[in-house]
Amino acid sequence: MKHLKAVNGKAERVERATQSDVVALQRTPQQPTGGAGPHFPIGCSLVFSPGWEADRAGGTAGLCQPVERDLFDCHIGCYWPAQVPDQLNHAPNWTSKCAAAQKDWRKLDLVFP
Amino acid sequence: MISWAAREHHRFEAAGRPFVYLVPSAAIFALDDTADAVMRRLTDRPYTREELEAELSERHGHTELEDTIAELARVRAIGELIVPGREDKPQPKIFPLSPFPLTTMVLNVTNQCNLSCTYCYEYSEDKIVDTENGRKPKFMSEETARQSVEFMLEESGDNKVAHITFFGGETLLNFPVLKKTIAYARQRGAELGKDVDFSLTTNGTLLKPEIIEFLAENRVGVTISIDGPREVQDKFRVFHNGTGSYDVVAPKIRELLKKHRSRPIGARVTLTSGPLDIKRIYRHLTEEIGFWEVGFAPVTTSPGRGHAISEQGYDDMLGQFRDLAYEFLECSVENRHHGFSNVKETLEEIHKGMSKAFPCGAGLGLMGVATDGDVALCHRFAGSDAHKLGTVADGIDRNAQHAFLEKHHIANKTDCSTCWARPLCAGGCYHEAHTRYGETTRPNLHYCDWIRGWTDVCLQIYGELSERNPAFLAQFDEPMAAERVS
Repeated sequence: MKHLKAVNGKAERVERATQSDVVALQRTPQQPTGGAGPHFPIGCSLVFSPGWEADRAGGTAGLCQPVERDLFDCHIGCYWPAQVPDQLNHAPNWTSKCAAAQKDWRKLDLVFP
Repeated sequence: MISWAAREHHRFEAAGRPFVYLVPSAAIFALDDTADAVMRRLTDRPYTREELEAELSERHGHTELEDTIAELARVRAIGELIVPGREDKPQPKIFPLSPFPLTTMVLNVTNQCNLSCTYCYEYSEDKIVDTENGRKPKFMSEETARQSVEFMLEESGDNKVAHITFFGGETLLNFPVLKKTIAYARQRGAELGKDVDFSLTTNGTLLKPEIIEFLAENRVGVTISIDGPREVQDKFRVFHNGTGSYDVVAPKIRELLKKHRSRPIGARVTLTSGPLDIKRIYRHLTEEIGFWEVGFAPVTTSPGRGHAISEQGYDDMLGQFRDLAYEFLECSVENRHHGFSNVKETLEEIHKGMSKAFPCGAGLGLMGVATDGDVALCHRFAGSDAHKLGTVADGIDRNAQHAFLEKHHIANKTDCSTCWARPLCAGGCYHEAHTRYGETTRPNLHYCDWIRGWTDVCLQIYGELSERNPAFLAQFDEPMAAERVS
């Protein structure tokens, strides 16, 4: 910050905690040491574009990350809304056949808007 | 159109530049000219961005102004104007995790005293517990003291250090039990892999060579209750027959200061009505007697007592505290020691950015034990059934503790909700409130101006030090030491 200078320890913490509001435009997910930044799943498509929902031909078999990762990482931990189908409105039963993602992930179908 | 407004803060100046203390985060930021100009306008009234542009961009530049607004908004120094009906949610009531480890146990080894200080909260008209005709034993037994040690070690959880403070009455009236308790606690601490730290408060009348030697050898921290030079000390700190205690205690204290070199020794002064010459008291106790540090506290009393400090007295006290605090500053800039401990304690809290839900650790990390082993909020309530939180034999009554915390959270103190000093004060001492208003839950509204004035002084000292000798403040990076007991 240019116009304010953190003076006590709490001010430094406030500064760290409010760093980089627009995280998606950042180059790397690494946060400065000690900072509690937003959660980036490993292999997040914001970092390794173009993502893994589908490859250029619309297939999923050759992607570098298996699709079931979305269930645990993007879907639950990530603030970014676009990685999995909208299970509230659009595809409420998307995971209904997938009791254990590690085993049943092939039963997850692609969803097209 | 969106209007901007300043959020809760306190502006102060130090070392020739403006600062803001933000509430409730307790963060302190130094401002440049542009940031200060924006803050000052937004403190007066809400402004739209266009209005700020119109008034400030010519002088400060358009981009600079935009950046400044963004930075101030980022640290929540300013925010969009809150429209009625869309107010922020009230501050959430967050409670510490339970069981909260006990850091300090204050052991009231006796409720008897050989002095009869007119203003004493334990014996005078404002007392809570009847120590003369009550059912509590006058002295703590060895058995209860041992149980208390076990209780402390158990309740300290994963803490590596347990602090035990001996208190009274006059603590040294029960020196035999104190001595045995220290030996026992050391042995049990060693068995459990914990360090036990000891301290005590005494009026100094019973100090004698073998006691001094024991305290020095065992590294027992000592605080002496003393009010100042003879004429000040003898006004209220008298024996039962009315004679002053200065001539008895002064030589004994000098002897203690000469022999007990293993820990710094402090004086604890009670300030009362009448002309206050705090600087003279400070000089006498440090330069003439030789105390390492001196802490002052206004007397706790119900209003109207002869020794109660008047409103004018509080103003006067603040002026003298300010002078001493600036003396402290000049010494600290040159890395010289200054023994005004009040300022140091507040600086540490400011440095750490403490934002308190409770005014002190009573009932949380600190508890007081009465002579019969009843555990209370703190030593000042020891023996009071209405403020009991368990017994050393049965442990802490978690329901009673939770009920206490629930009732005393800062969120309940609506009077405090608009005060910028609440992160540090949180309503003030429970015992003071009980004496003044008959209710521990009440904020101490009678000294709000004094608290705000004193906090402002300490913020200025902190700001000055941050500019002139930031290395001095690094000492406060260490975790907080045990709470002071007075």
